[in-house]
Amino acid sequence: MSSWFALLVFPGFLYALPMGWLMLWVERKTLARLQSRIGPPFYQPLFDFIKLMTKEPLPRPSQENRFYLFLPLLALGATLGALTLLPVLPHSFSLVGDLALFIALIEIAPICLVLLGFLSRSIFGQVGAVREAVLTIASNLPFIAALIALAYASGSLRLMDIALHAPPLARGLAVLAIFACLPIKLRLNPFSVANAEQEIYQGALTELDGWRLGLWELNHAVEWVALSGLTVSLALPWRSGLAVLDAAIFALLSLAVVFLLACLAGATARLKVGQASRFYWRWGFGFALLALAVSFFPFGG
Amino acid sequence: MDVKPSLFDRLVRYARGRSPWLFHLNCGGCNGCDIEFLACLTPRYDVEQLGIRLEGSPRHADILCISGPVTRNTQAALQTIYAQTPAPKVVVAIGSCPASGNVFADSPSVVGPLENFVPVDVYVPGCPPRPDAILEGIVHAIEILKAKVVRSAEGGTYV
Repeated sequence: MSSWFALLVFPGFLYALPMGWLMLWVERKTLARLQSRIGPPFYQPLFDFIKLMTKEPLPRPSQENRFYLFLPLLALGATLGALTLLPVLPHSFSLVGDLALFIALIEIAPICLVLLGFLSRSIFGQVGAVREAVLTIASNLPFIAALIALAYASGSLRLMDIALHAPPLARGLAVLAIFACLPIKLRLNPFSVANAEQEIYQGALTELDGWRLGLWELNHAVEWVALSGLTVSLALPWRSGLAVLDAAIFALLSLAVVFLLACLAGATARLKVGQASRFYWRWGFGFALLALAVSFFPFGG
Repeated sequence: MDVKPSLFDRLVRYARGRSPWLFHLNCGGCNGCDIEFLACLTPRYDVEQLGIRLEGSPRHADILCISGPVTRNTQAALQTIYAQTPAPKVVVAIGSCPASGNVFADSPSVVGPLENFVPVDVYVPGCPPRPDAILEGIVHAIEILKAKVVRSAEGGTYV
């Protein structure tokens, strides 16, 4: 299938938009049910988006304005690009070495967030940017180590080959390590340190208003689809070959991942930045090291 | 001038009414209203059903919930925060203090009432008002928010 289909239809724009909103809703609804609340209605993320996009933007210096348009758009585009590379359908668009491209694209949004925080010249934005930078490094250590383990174990840098041919033990450990990185990459409790809404007023997002915030929320929704999708598509060792069935299984399992993450977020309280990064350096990296060891020294293979 | 609103305008208004985000500001009150306001955001009242979210930054907010009689110290912050909130926006005065100064009236450090500085859309009287009353005030505010023009070009101006 062509790259345009992957970018614009599945698993790209047309799929990611409603799915991202659905995921944001599942997260909020799960949290509400865990707190014995009814929670927001089904279409809530869509209405939030429409409202934000139609608010009157505040006047800003033109230099700042340019960055405030450019950075959320860059983040959104990069995340959509990463999503395009997900190995969902067996004959979908893929490149040699798209694993490296995926890592590069998925890391652009956090970098944009750090830049937005520093550009805001607000103390909350800057504290949020510093925290985001520290945690990005901490979470990427196990994330990238796990992906390297998978690539080595399956002998390929192509995501589709990795998804289909990784040996089970290395795959299991690596997928666990990747899953453990999701709460920090999606800025969820207990690792919602960089966007802590109580103590630093959502950090780098403090100074975003109207459509600038709307674009960022959209990027966040697409991030949900991309990261939960990565976990699911790497965890599944087979594809049925029927595109509709594969897509449906992928969507359902992605939603299950979102549900698990929301349960974790609802059951925990926010850690300090030091505790969060220590957790990843110690435990997350431990998992990833195990995956690396298993893939470099396969047992019985 | 009676023009039938377009489908887009109706959608925007509906979306706006279903997603009011609040910003909470204490302008020198005794904290009583703030406690009631926060009680109104607890799981017991579950305002998220109405799409309401408490935001930390005025730039994200649609409805400003202001308590306190407006003291000399908070007046400048109040005006900055009002200016930082993107239009369309609605102001809800929580408690009796922003309306009249209440027990702080005629104090040398009080420069209120609130309407001297920002236009107030809804008053929720009480010392402090119950969470149910605050919620009712916010629902009134949502109606006012929905009635605001969708685009400046429509002929109206954002207030």
